Amino acid sequence: MTTVTEIATTQVYQVFIRATPERIWEAITNPEFTRKYFYGTRAEYDLRPGGAYKSVGDESGNVIVEGEVLEVDEPRSLVQSWRFLYDPELAEEGFTKVSWEIEATEGDVSKLTVTHELEEAPKTAAHVAGGWSYILSGLKTLLETGEPLA
Amino acid sequence: MDDDDRVFKALADPTRRLLLDRLFERDGRTLTELESDLEMTRFGVMKHLRVLEEAGLVVSRKAGRARFHYLNPVPIRLIYERWIDKYTEHRVSALAELKTRLEAG
Repeated sequence: MTTVTEIATTQVYQVFIRATPERIWEAITNPEFTRKYFYGTRAEYDLRPGGAYKSVGDESGNVIVEGEVLEVDEPRSLVQSWRFLYDPELAEEGFTKVSWEIEATEGDVSKLTVTHELEEAPKTAAHVAGGWSYILSGLKTLLETGEPLA
Repeated sequence: MDDDDRVFKALADPTRRLLLDRLFERDGRTLTELESDLEMTRFGVMKHLRVLEEAGLVVSRKAGRARFHYLNPVPIRLIYERWIDKYTEHRVSALAELKTRLEAG
């Protein structure tokens, strides 16, 4: 983060989860997990720099989000690009950047931080604003209780 | 204090709610920016930001020499699911049931 606009257009989401970093990593990168809390979509990651990322509708099979894996440091950090495909106005804004950081804290609790850099993507920014809270709280509930949110 | 306690306590203050609203309008602000916006002493803003950070409602990031503050809405979502969704859901289904019974005659 260097410029003023970059700082103002970045969104930061953080949640503490009673789970190991390894389990959280699994929940983010395993499509069987993501479909339970990520609006029913399967995350398909080719987990190496330059590898492809796709978020695919579980029932429709449509690619909702596409991107590229930029950095992988299992189970601590995953950086990727992110572009919505299902709406032409959002797709037009191009790639934004999502960073997942997982940090073990005291006890068996880990801290998960999602940073979404959304410079020059105001529509995408408005679109994800409520979504990340919903997703991260669903991820927490899934890992802590084994049940997806109703 | 558990996590919910910290969030409720943090939200139970008008200045802290105002700080959250300011960050909602424009995220990633420095202490100096928030201080001038609120017409409050630096110490006062710092004190409130600390409570918000402890509750997880504000996350701060250092970039260069400055520290930027971000609104983190996830704890509010968790409160919503735990304390609001649950009760309103019940109301809605009670009303739906009443409607069904009345309409059935």
